[in-house]
Amino acid sequence: MSEINNKEMVGRGTREGAALFRDWFQDLTEKAEKGETAAYVFVMGSIAEILRVFDLPMVFPEINSLQTAVRHVADDFLNTAEDYGYSPDICGYVKADFAMQMQNGKHPMGRIPKPGIAVLTNACNTYFKWGEIWERVHEIPMVSIDVPATREAGTRSWPGDEQFEREKKYVKVQIQELIEICEKITGKKFDIDRLREVMGHANTMSRGWKRVLELNQSRPSLFNALTDGTVYLGMSNVFRGTPEGARFFDRLVEEMEYMSANGIGTLTEEKYRLSFIGVPCYPIFRRFNEMFTEWGGAFVMSTYLWFAAGGTNLGVEYDLEDPLDSLAEGVLISVRDAMDSMFHPELTVLEQTSEFNIDGVVYHPIKSCRTTSAGMADNRRALMENSNLPSLFIESDMMDSRVVAEAQMKNRIDAFFEGLASRKAQIAIGEA
Amino acid sequence: MTVQVMEEWQGKSLDDILWLCQETVEDTEVTTVKRWRESGGKVLGHFQVYFPEEIAHAAGMLPMKMFGASVETRNADSRFGSFLCSILKTCLEQVLSGRVELDMFVTHPICDAARNLAPIWGRNYDYPCQILYLPQNPNSSYSIQYLKEEYERIQGVIEKVAEKKITDDDLRNSIAVYNKNRALLRKLYEIKRERPWLISINEAYVLTAVGGLISKEEHNEILEEALPLLEKRKARKQDRIRVVFEGGFCEQPPLDMLRTIGRSCYVVDDDLLIGMRYILEDIEPGNDPLNAMAEAYINKSTYSPVQHDLRKPKEKMLKERVKNANAEAVIITAAKMCEPGLEEQVTYTQEFDKDNTPYFVSEFEENMTSFDHLEIQLETFVENLIFD
Repeated sequence: MSEINNKEMVGRGTREGAALFRDWFQDLTEKAEKGETAAYVFVMGSIAEILRVFDLPMVFPEINSLQTAVRHVADDFLNTAEDYGYSPDICGYVKADFAMQMQNGKHPMGRIPKPGIAVLTNACNTYFKWGEIWERVHEIPMVSIDVPATREAGTRSWPGDEQFEREKKYVKVQIQELIEICEKITGKKFDIDRLREVMGHANTMSRGWKRVLELNQSRPSLFNALTDGTVYLGMSNVFRGTPEGARFFDRLVEEMEYMSANGIGTLTEEKYRLSFIGVPCYPIFRRFNEMFTEWGGAFVMSTYLWFAAGGTNLGVEYDLEDPLDSLAEGVLISVRDAMDSMFHPELTVLEQTSEFNIDGVVYHPIKSCRTTSAGMADNRRALMENSNLPSLFIESDMMDSRVVAEAQMKNRIDAFFEGLASRKAQIAIGEA
Repeated sequence: MTVQVMEEWQGKSLDDILWLCQETVEDTEVTTVKRWRESGGKVLGHFQVYFPEEIAHAAGMLPMKMFGASVETRNADSRFGSFLCSILKTCLEQVLSGRVELDMFVTHPICDAARNLAPIWGRNYDYPCQILYLPQNPNSSYSIQYLKEEYERIQGVIEKVAEKKITDDDLRNSIAVYNKNRALLRKLYEIKRERPWLISINEAYVLTAVGGLISKEEHNEILEEALPLLEKRKARKQDRIRVVFEGGFCEQPPLDMLRTIGRSCYVVDDDLLIGMRYILEDIEPGNDPLNAMAEAYINKSTYSPVQHDLRKPKEKMLKERVKNANAEAVIITAAKMCEPGLEEQVTYTQEFDKDNTPYFVSEFEENMTSFDHLEIQLETFVENLIFD
């Protein structure tokens, strides 16, 4: 393919994703200006498949909040919420959103409509506390979809297992109850054919997302899992179940296949292939990544792209012949996987180490998120016991710049790479 | 199996019984649990808030309520990062240090940190380390059925550990023991509400908490002995304000903090160790004991910041608690780094601002040792109310 085609193809996903993302915020702003409301949902189990059937616009408060950090205005939002009484020690996403609610939806990317309904899963317990705030502030219905997670490592149930089938029924009933509430608040009748259509698009997206993640096994890696990956992740959430989302992922797979076939990688001269565990450091998003790329470190895998995609990384595809049953099954498998990716990340990382040629693992526990962070130190201990993978453990936050110590972070990152370099040299000497 | 594991308390005075309870609760070596094991018994450790202990009891195991401990986290610190509450670390420290030996561990999806305990425990121990997935959508029409099935599942795991098949009659017997325990605790709280001068908050606390470290039969016997003595206690009513203490649903405030509060106030109700009092009425086991237990959890239970139930808005429930206890003010606390507790504090204070109910806000950590500052602040708060 010619260089012109190269330019058109390479980086297309990031460009198109950014444009679609801006359009989405623009659309939300217009809705907010007209006084329309939206369904507030979360990345780990948005249940978009149902909400789209009722044409409910969706707001992802986690994405709104992280945008304030990326745009370096999160501190103002956090201070507003803390002035109101919220503790410095709770989730920064919750506080930024609360501050935004108090300011009539004012957001650096536009304006966010108020909620008309909140839908959440139990993938994160803070979702409940967060939803309860909207319940009180806006007096809206809050619907929970409880997805029983894996009870103990290695005991996950699958379709056909008695336990799985019992739990699928619980999830299915809850989805049916959500449908009833949606019918009530929108005045629209549930249309199962429309659900099939939405699920068809969701299938394309899940299939594409799985493939994109797999393709990063290529050497050099095709995308940076921490930066580019976050753009794709945003698309997988915001546009789930839409024709735009399906088209985006079809084209993204095409781009990645092309890059892989032609040996094209990211701009980083790849020396070390890294796996990232946790949530990005949004207050210094670019700089955080640079501290690794400067050493030739490339993030080829990130658990964030698994759990924050609600487990759609598994590529579960729905059976459109029996949509409701299949949706319950898909939600149970995917959201459960999202939880496993936070609680047992080392199992999958170890499983995929050789396929992805991982040289090191970076753990990033954060103050804001105990779901992803509480088990990380022990997880790292287990990883070190079960493999000889070097790892780095750096604590900061996804929102709160007060706990992001860049200089200290850089020292530790530099030391980590010095260790990796020395290790590579020793291996090379051993092989010589 | 009924084994007496407490120091000899029969025939002792009320003060002696309360002293023994305090010694037991503060015993970092958890000698009662060791004695249980020495007698050949197995132990199921369960993390806060609520666990259906009847199932473990029916299998002949000792359900040990893990509510933290005053221990240095020398071993556990390496398993956790920063920004976490203390109780996670002290509970794990109890086992890592060898103070407590378990045959099974269970945690619950009460918060993001607590859910992580099962994976952490499981990476360190070979025995079952499970999450009991209490339903987080109790408003679903299917939640009771789901919970019954979840109880069946955990019963299966317990049976394997205990090497004993649990029959419905075993469960009925255990439910009866626990109904009695809940009734006795209700009686204790009734005394606190109606004649708070008869028992201080720290005394009531140890009398309750000891039940998490001994068999329920023994706890029932202690309560049956202590409550009549309490009724006869010679204590004069003093001019203190009546308060509700809120924020002790998971990590427990140090006893000295409770003593400090007790010096200025009558604590007429609280949510300390609320899991032991979560079910509000007797459970009628009927033909399907597990279903009855599930039904009780969903429909006959109190509230806590870690259970979302549309029927139980927490601020309304706390208001109800304050009203029922005829309290004049509320102490709204939260454990440091406790996400749900800290978030709920804002809701509570906003609610009490609406009708000018006085409240006192604080944070605590189970291992804190200095309370001078708290005492001064609390005395000022109380004086403001008394001289208002």
